[in-house]
Amino acid sequence: MRRLGPFHPRVHWAAPPSLSSGLHRLLFLRGTRIPSSTTLSPPRHDSLSLDGGTVNPPRVREPTGREAFGPSPASSDWLPARWRNGRGGRPRARLCSGWTAAEEFSRARTLSPHGGPSLVRGLTSGWRPRVLRKRYLRGPPAPIVFPWFGLDIGGTLVKLVYFEPKDITAEEEEEEVESLKSIRKYLTSNVAYGSTGIRDVHLELKDLTLCGRKGNLHFIRFPTHDMPAFIQMGRDKNFSSLHTVFCATGGGAYKFEQDFLTIGDLQLCKLDELDCLIKGILYIDSVGFNGRSQCYYFENPADSEKCQKLPFDLKNPYPLLLVNIGSGVSILAVYSKDNYKRVTGTSLGGGTFFGLCCLLTGCTTFEEALEMASRGDSTKVDKLVRDIYGGDYERFGLPGWAVASSFGNMMSKEKREAVSKEDLARATLITITNNIGSIARMCALNENINQVVFVGNFLRINTIAMRLLAYALDYWSKGQLKALFSEHEGYFGAVGALLELLKIP
Amino acid sequence: GSLTKLAYYSTVQHKVAKVRSFDHSGKDTERDHEPPYEISVQEEITARLHFIKFENTYIEACLDFIKDHLVNTETKVIQATGGGAYKFKDLIEEKLRLKVDKEDVMTCLIKGCNFVLKNIPHEAFVYQKDSDPEFRFQTNHPHIFPYLLVNIGSGVSIVKVETEDRFEWVGGSSIGGGTFWGLGALLTKTKKFDELLHLASRGQHSNVDMLVRDVYGGAHQTLGLSGNLIASSFGKSATADQEFSKEDMAKSLLHMISNDIGQLACLHARLHSLDRVYFGGFFIRGHPVTMRTITYSINFFSKGEVQALFLRHEGYLGAIGAFLKGAEQDNPNQYSWGENYACSSGLMSASPELGPAQRARSGTFDLLEMDRLERPLVNLPLLLDPPSYVPDTVDLTDDALARKYWLTCFEEALDGVVKRAVASQPDSVDAAERAEKFRQKYWNKLQTLRQQPFAYGTLTVRSLLDTREHCLNEFNFPDPYSKVKQRENGVALRCFPGVVRSLDALGWEDRQLALVKGLLAGNVFDWGAKAVSDVLESDPYFGFEEAKRKLQERPWLVDSYSEWLRRLKGPPHKCALIFADNSGIDIILGVFPFVRELLLRGTEVILACNSGPALNDVTHSESLIVAERIAGMDPVVHSALREERLLLVQTGSSSPCLDLSRLDKGLAALVRERGADLVVIEGMGRAVHTNYHAALRCESLKLAVIKNTWLAERLGGRLFSVIFKYEVPAE
Repeated sequence: MRRLGPFHPRVHWAAPPSLSSGLHRLLFLRGTRIPSSTTLSPPRHDSLSLDGGTVNPPRVREPTGREAFGPSPASSDWLPARWRNGRGGRPRARLCSGWTAAEEFSRARTLSPHGGPSLVRGLTSGWRPRVLRKRYLRGPPAPIVFPWFGLDIGGTLVKLVYFEPKDITAEEEEEEVESLKSIRKYLTSNVAYGSTGIRDVHLELKDLTLCGRKGNLHFIRFPTHDMPAFIQMGRDKNFSSLHTVFCATGGGAYKFEQDFLTIGDLQLCKLDELDCLIKGILYIDSVGFNGRSQCYYFENPADSEKCQKLPFDLKNPYPLLLVNIGSGVSILAVYSKDNYKRVTGTSLGGGTFFGLCCLLTGCTTFEEALEMASRGDSTKVDKLVRDIYGGDYERFGLPGWAVASSFGNMMSKEKREAVSKEDLARATLITITNNIGSIARMCALNENINQVVFVGNFLRINTIAMRLLAYALDYWSKGQLKALFSEHEGYFGAVGALLELLKIP
Repeated sequence: GSLTKLAYYSTVQHKVAKVRSFDHSGKDTERDHEPPYEISVQEEITARLHFIKFENTYIEACLDFIKDHLVNTETKVIQATGGGAYKFKDLIEEKLRLKVDKEDVMTCLIKGCNFVLKNIPHEAFVYQKDSDPEFRFQTNHPHIFPYLLVNIGSGVSIVKVETEDRFEWVGGSSIGGGTFWGLGALLTKTKKFDELLHLASRGQHSNVDMLVRDVYGGAHQTLGLSGNLIASSFGKSATADQEFSKEDMAKSLLHMISNDIGQLACLHARLHSLDRVYFGGFFIRGHPVTMRTITYSINFFSKGEVQALFLRHEGYLGAIGAFLKGAEQDNPNQYSWGENYACSSGLMSASPELGPAQRARSGTFDLLEMDRLERPLVNLPLLLDPPSYVPDTVDLTDDALARKYWLTCFEEALDGVVKRAVASQPDSVDAAERAEKFRQKYWNKLQTLRQQPFAYGTLTVRSLLDTREHCLNEFNFPDPYSKVKQRENGVALRCFPGVVRSLDALGWEDRQLALVKGLLAGNVFDWGAKAVSDVLESDPYFGFEEAKRKLQERPWLVDSYSEWLRRLKGPPHKCALIFADNSGIDIILGVFPFVRELLLRGTEVILACNSGPALNDVTHSESLIVAERIAGMDPVVHSALREERLLLVQTGSSSPCLDLSRLDKGLAALVRERGADLVVIEGMGRAVHTNYHAALRCESLKLAVIKNTWLAERLGGRLFSVIFKYEVPAE
């Protein structure tokens, strides 16, 4: 599950929190670019990319000795031992015109024995600007070298998209470094990696053309808490020799940046997550879903017999309210490809659903939580309007079936003893979902937008939530609002990151 | 819920002091040693609203209480609202032999909310946790509509209130108090709402919530983000395999719910372009923890554009509304009501940090009583900006030093007041006993106010004085100064002709100064000020001339006399509105000569006196007699009264202070009709403790003698310093 962080500067963050004064600082910063040494906004058009080719053009295939790339310890992680010691890949020294990041790092450390912020400052002010300057001076960038990854490191889940080129010529095949090949084979021939990595095979986009290359786009996810193992694996397998830059977005791009650098010797290119999200959505919608529509909606969502999932043609996407439900929720109003604003957010998101379910039911996976929810009855837990008024509350036009108080019945000891874990899971799901629907509806009203697209991994395999959102939006808006969904619900940020890597507008 | 709120309407018998002119048939009677009028004490019946709040477990005791107090009632029906209306219907019907009518909850709530916002000063407040005081009371806004009411009971209802009878349910949320309670009980195995709040106040939500810093690592600082923002409520319980403390979970839950409600309230406020949002319901009910988180959330989500307001009598709204609904045929809304400080419990800080014993005091039994005022009260039409008008000069909730001083001052004066009260009823057998009860009551109020200065809204000298009057009335001391006033009026009336003669002998300019000095000297005679009452007690012949000698020499502490004199040389005022202060020398030898001079200039005069007694202030009925007697001696006053160029009206108040936003409707109408262009406010209570900073649309004269050393020093002067403040509104 991915969550959108507040790092877009135009944005204010989701929920106020602990009542610390630091918050106010944030409020004041709204509307201004936040100056930051770790500059979060890589230059839009010329992002710091790996092609480094501009500095020293044909270095991509330059062979370098294996011995240059550390030993490979036995690996216990979920990527195979094969994935290591590729030949080729230029040292990143070229990128940095004379400095390697590692050297810069040690230099910075000397300058600032206490580490911390000055370390960061040293790194970025030290060499990155120089690279940028050179890149501007040189001609157009060379083709981007493989592998093509886009990474989105959320609060709960890491989303990884990988483009597998299918048009590799014999010549290329021959020149392809071993490690590159092994990555490709490994990723495409497996559906699970280690105990927690999963490839969503059903989402794979086939025969896609990206930057003039034909291939398949793969969608892989693993929990954020396995990120250290992932980085360690990168180190063990000498990813850095692949001269690749990881384009990454999500809060984790910041959190793990240092680890990538110091442990994996990998330079992350950090990207604005809202930019990536929107880019990803627009792109994925434009390429469709292997000939099918990417976007869909529910007809008769409340009626399990008649409910139908139907394709929706998002031919007039703007204005659009985009509700991204990861661990938390971000709500964006999108007016055009590059005109959007973050309207609000809430901390009651997928993380809340799963977190509460873990506490209430002892479940351990999101799938398990949803499975329990599908068997539960939330009306035993929630107090409905009819429980209070005996029927509809006509004075206010409230139907009797509406929830008056989530978990309201749990105020009573007898009722607490009478509910099952399944009921509690269901009630949690209904509570969180209804609340998101309600906030989304208010935002749509305030922004005067009538199509609302819900994305994010909270919706993965979560038909209950989707149908509820569809129904709630339709009911409370008296048919004015339409809830839309998208097949690749949680991967748009990662796709956006990949597009940034490829500099696809 | 767990509390029952009951409202009932009763009539209260009170002794009221009445004054009546003697029948002066025998014109030649030697009147020198006779009082100018007679005083009688009568029983008067006033209407009072009672609101009681108590825990459901005490319902039987409470019903007995009501039964005892329901005397002479003709009520046959009792209005009830809320879930308990079903639960206790039979019990109430049987006990009280009354029929229970069930009323719609929201309708009642809104009716009650409108009622308290209109009738109770300082009803609404904003809550600021880390400031002192935590409560900031709002002055009553004359236009209460439209507003948003967010009622957080088990669930949340958001209602837009547009007029007295028009309101609309605009939204709601199922995540409310029931969620906190229910989910909290599941997570922490803690059964009681208050205990959950107590847990929450001790917890660390960051152990359970996924914060921005958890997602971003240390980078949030360089990104200018607050790492403390919650990215995902309960997010850590999903990723971490560990046990969480009850406290931390309760805190996280509280934040989650408060933030969510705050966010929804802001979204609705924005949609309807409203900036005032009142919060109520059991989730809020005086709990600092929830008020704090809600306030925080509203500030966060609205970026300060929306104000979260809470109500002192929030817990009573439903009961008040149910009552009003039942009393529709009497239409209580056509009257004005005043909070009776003597009988109301006041706001308790229900802080969970308080021990359960203290909390029980506020929770188990709590009273609000409101007296029906004789006449409706309205704004003085001459106020420059009614919404921003604040009567009181010093906010004692804010000013700890002043608070300490005045509380002590009132404590020290208490003995004298008790003595005076006993002395005023020499024929009563139980006067001493009642006076002792009064002492206890008022002493306890003062102690409460030391602990909880915000108990009755903003604490001011005025509220301390009013509370004392309410307490005196409660123990049937309607007018402890009636005899003193009677005697002083008699003495002063006899001096009147001489004073007028000597004034008339002066040249114009000298006379103007002498008139002002007379006003000020008269004002020294004030039983409210301890420094003066000491002198008066020990030396009853303390005279008018002596008072003049006590006055500070010009230049006075505040001295715009020259401007006033210059103004007097110009055209006469059309009509002057004068708020009088004390009886006796003040009104007769100070105010009336001044009035007479104005009349002679061609200025009409409206003389406004208190409707009911307060200290030795002249009451409206006394002023009528005094005017009549003066008219008998003075042709100027006589013809002015006859021609209605001099009008005597009542203020609608029984306070030694003056709230220009709550004045008798008739007075306001007269001010408008006569086109008053000068307001004269006299005395410490009316011109210094209150209205010192009041801005008017016309010329005003505020004069007083500072008869309190501490206050004089604070203002930079000495005892008996003079305030003479003549103001002309900016063009």
